[in-house]
Amino acid sequence: MLDTRRAIETPEGVTLDLHIAGPVVRFFAWCIDFLIRGVVYIILSMTLVNMMGRFGQGIFLVAIFMLEWFYPVLFEVFSRGATPGKRVMGITVLQDNGVPVGWSASITRNLLRFADFLPVLYGFGVASMLISRDFKRLGDLAAGTIVVYRSIPDEIGELPPELPLPPRYPLALDQQRAVIAFAERAVTLTPERARELANMASSLTHATDDAGVKRLFAIANWLVGRR
Amino acid sequence: MSPQEFVARHESQWVRLEQLLSRLTKVPRNKKQGDNALPVMKSTDENPAPQAVEFPELYRQACHHLALARDRHYPAVVVERLNQLVLNGHQVFYTARSGLWTNIVHFAAADFPVLIRQHARLFLLAALLFYLPVLVMGVAVYFVPEMAYTLISPADATAMEAMYRPTAEHIGRPRDSGSDFLMFGHYIRNNIGIGFQTFAGGIVFGLGSLFYLLFNGLYIGTIAGHLTHVGYTGTFYPFVVGHGAFELNAIVLSGMAGLKLGLALLSPGQMTRKQALLAAARISVRIMYGVVAMLLIAAFLEAFWSSSATIPSQIKYIVGGVFWFLVIFYFAAMGRRRAN
Repeated sequence: MLDTRRAIETPEGVTLDLHIAGPVVRFFAWCIDFLIRGVVYIILSMTLVNMMGRFGQGIFLVAIFMLEWFYPVLFEVFSRGATPGKRVMGITVLQDNGVPVGWSASITRNLLRFADFLPVLYGFGVASMLISRDFKRLGDLAAGTIVVYRSIPDEIGELPPELPLPPRYPLALDQQRAVIAFAERAVTLTPERARELANMASSLTHATDDAGVKRLFAIANWLVGRR
Repeated sequence: MSPQEFVARHESQWVRLEQLLSRLTKVPRNKKQGDNALPVMKSTDENPAPQAVEFPELYRQACHHLALARDRHYPAVVVERLNQLVLNGHQVFYTARSGLWTNIVHFAAADFPVLIRQHARLFLLAALLFYLPVLVMGVAVYFVPEMAYTLISPADATAMEAMYRPTAEHIGRPRDSGSDFLMFGHYIRNNIGIGFQTFAGGIVFGLGSLFYLLFNGLYIGTIAGHLTHVGYTGTFYPFVVGHGAFELNAIVLSGMAGLKLGLALLSPGQMTRKQALLAAARISVRIMYGVVAMLLIAAFLEAFWSSSATIPSQIKYIVGGVFWFLVIFYFAAMGRRRAN
């Protein structure tokens, strides 16, 4: 199945589902961080350089160095894997085994940002993200890190109101998810398409067309816990 | 057991775990409020804090419940909730909290030089790739001065001459460049940045590191050859000898760290390329820790020591020689007893 869920196994022997974040949301997070850094540059240049003269300029250059190379590192290590931009976008950096990033992983991935940026505008980084399975840029590959959504992104949205109805037989997790997702997205589908999709599940609903759609809504309501 | 019964039976434990987790993850922010804000860390072996026992217990139970819920095909809401709970618990439970300062001391006193000696051949390769161009280009430019303009423009050459003219107020800097501290900031931003680039370029099959090593070698060789030809040896060499011990070798080491990444991709041996890259990066980033330290020392020396026009050249040569000896001794001899 084409999916951005990725299962990892913990030492306790259970599998955890992680939701890998793609290039677009990461780009937005980067933009937010870029803006924040820009504002800090401006504030620093106005205060340090204008008010403290040459000494201030020296501090300013050190500050720029820190912002350029260590802004993401410090936030990732001290702020549970997320720069402010990532936090706003609800994503976070983890190590491949689901553990928070430490110093060496974070430094590795952020020093290699320079290589990801080559030849222009994150060219290598984007290419690497598209080729690798978990949207890893070069820095992520070398550091063994992944960028994931902090919480389940598709929290149960608005379901069409329908009297909850238990399914005829127990559904596997994937199947449950598919039914719930169908009910959530039904409003965005044309009625014809909704009927067509519902007909595929006729073994579950024992109904076709509009009746099948309604039956699926009812099952979805039951699955999310309504009684 | 129906899902409802399952939830009803265990919900209180999950809520308690959620509470503990939200408290534990807020620890850094509460630090200022005093000791009682550190719930888990304050425990000793004989006398563990209550949470230190309770949290792992609840966490393992949640793991167990997640496995059960999955296996029994409980509703997605229940599974998702447990998944989130275990994910958060997993992160708190397996966060490595190690003594930062002890690590730094061990690293500086032994681990770093031992690491470089373990990869001595790679170090030699990087050193050759850097120092050979310096030497070749330096000699070439000295004997055939026009060679300099293959790499630098005449304007650059004039600017360089102005920096090392024996009458210059501050040696080794553009005129009117401002205070020592300003230059310190400049060296940090510029030189450490070059070190990082030399390292990072290595992930492109080593090509980036190769380029930066060779290019910087040729460039430095050109400058040295040119200034020697012009006759500014009395200012140029005393200037560079001190911080050069740290700066030049740090560039070699960052190239070495980058080549390590590139080699892992080119010849991964028994591992997959991905595994080899991961293993190499773990070593490379440790080399880069050392590189940062060396470049900080170099920036400090370059800003506050090398540029001083009042310190006689002889003293700068002697001190510079001591620095070179120390750096070589450090990498050749430190940590031998520990390594054995």
